[in-house]
Amino acid sequence: MSVVDFLTDLFNPELAFLPKALLIAVMSSIVCGVVGCYVVLRGMAFIGDAVAHAVFPGLAVAFVVSGNLILGGTLAGVATAILVAVFAQNRRLREDSIIGVFFVAAFALGIVIISQAPGYAGSLQQFLFGSITGIPDEDLYVVGGTGVLILGIAFLLHKEFLAITLDREMARAMGLRVFWLDIVLYVLVTLAVVISVQTIGNILVLALLITPAATARLLTDRLGVMMALAPVLGGISALVGLYISWSWDLPVGGTIVLVLTAVFLAAWVFSPRHGLLARRLRRVADAPVSAH
Amino acid sequence: MSALEVENLSVELGGRLVLTGVNLSVDKGELVGLVGPNGAGKTTLLRTLMGLLRPRDGRVLVGDQPVRPGRAELGYVPQRHEFAWDFPISVENVVMTGRTGKLGLVRRPGVADWEAVAEALDLVRMTDLRTRPVGQLSGGQRQRVLVARALALRPPVLLLDEPFTGLDMPTQELLSELFLSLAREARAVLMTTHDLPGAFYTCDRLALLNRRVVAVGAPDQLRDEQIWMDTFGIHEHSPLLKILKAT
Repeated sequence: MSVVDFLTDLFNPELAFLPKALLIAVMSSIVCGVVGCYVVLRGMAFIGDAVAHAVFPGLAVAFVVSGNLILGGTLAGVATAILVAVFAQNRRLREDSIIGVFFVAAFALGIVIISQAPGYAGSLQQFLFGSITGIPDEDLYVVGGTGVLILGIAFLLHKEFLAITLDREMARAMGLRVFWLDIVLYVLVTLAVVISVQTIGNILVLALLITPAATARLLTDRLGVMMALAPVLGGISALVGLYISWSWDLPVGGTIVLVLTAVFLAAWVFSPRHGLLARRLRRVADAPVSAH
Repeated sequence: MSALEVENLSVELGGRLVLTGVNLSVDKGELVGLVGPNGAGKTTLLRTLMGLLRPRDGRVLVGDQPVRPGRAELGYVPQRHEFAWDFPISVENVVMTGRTGKLGLVRRPGVADWEAVAEALDLVRMTDLRTRPVGQLSGGQRQRVLVARALALRPPVLLLDEPFTGLDMPTQELLSELFLSLAREARAVLMTTHDLPGAFYTCDRLALLNRRVVAVGAPDQLRDEQIWMDTFGIHEHSPLLKILKAT
């Protein structure tokens, strides 16, 4: 399908779900791109994964009782994050083991809960792998508003998140409330995940958080550039992914993630400073010229 | 009145008494070396001074005031490995993070903050490298960045934890000169180190620590071999004693 056909479909009133899906996918990619920078730089990809899975029982409960999905997911994600933070105080087990216990438990709870709902197989698949149909209009405002809230808090607390990531001990010595700032960051990750689950699905949402930020890290040594580049890469990948998915009738979540991964691999090879190609070329240039 | 005054300090870690009855003072203009074997409680003492650990007994006074975390009176330079050196950030931005606690939530750095950063970078002679990403710095330059970060609050007291670990001799000597000059510019500097001959040569006074302060004094007053044997648990034929005798 050509780009023109895609644009025609976007403005076709009978396909009103398509522009809505596109807007939500792009907005959530932008928010996840920014939040993901903290996740990648702190090396908390596993916590991101845990939170992503932990929102599932909340979504399931909200779905079963026809409540607010974002509220349900956020409560479940935050509850799990706090459980991990509290249980991690026990020195005998490392934090990653605690996370391993709780996020699978949360996911299992979600599956048991959603099995109680009528028409369960279809809704389960929608939650796990994402879907572009059936997005209510008000979700646009909820996702947009939540996204602005997340970005606003990240902007206001950036200096604190930065200090904690660089040197926790020093942050404590400066009187920062490290525990509470950690909780705020977990809540931001949770919210970013919840607003993205709809289109991209619960299993794949981690890619929106990690992949654009990791790609941007490969391309720059400047934090400001990285935090601007990650949401741009994420947003463009979401757009391209949705276009490909619509053209070839492929699942939207999976297609967006594959586009993100392709961009990551391209950066790995072609990055001007740290890329595979640049390092090769430098090695050739630095090699001593043979005397013979 | 001393810039830093430690009075009868006892600290418990995990139910074990790590420091007992520590008394120590550091004056303005003075570089004091804190030496002792591994597990003697050097880092514990520094962390207690910073208010990161609550002492069981005793108190810490800075300019006659008890310390609390977040107060600007103490500049802390932790061991180099505590810092995330792979982070994409420039030297001057790292130094600015030293002012995060003072700025308070939500507020952004202003002109006065950038002036303090520039002054700190100048003191450690890193002004030329201020826009360099920290990942590209050498070990000695990294140590200077951490010192500048502590100086960004213009503290009258500077605490350095093992600043020489993993650095070669020329770098150690340059840093020693830097620490001494920082002390001479009306600061009190307390530094833990394992480099005994270097400390003997550079520091105005040494405090020998092993759970308690075994001895304090100018290097020349610490010629008695017994106090070194008590502090480090070494025997009388130890090469350490021979080295100290020679310095």
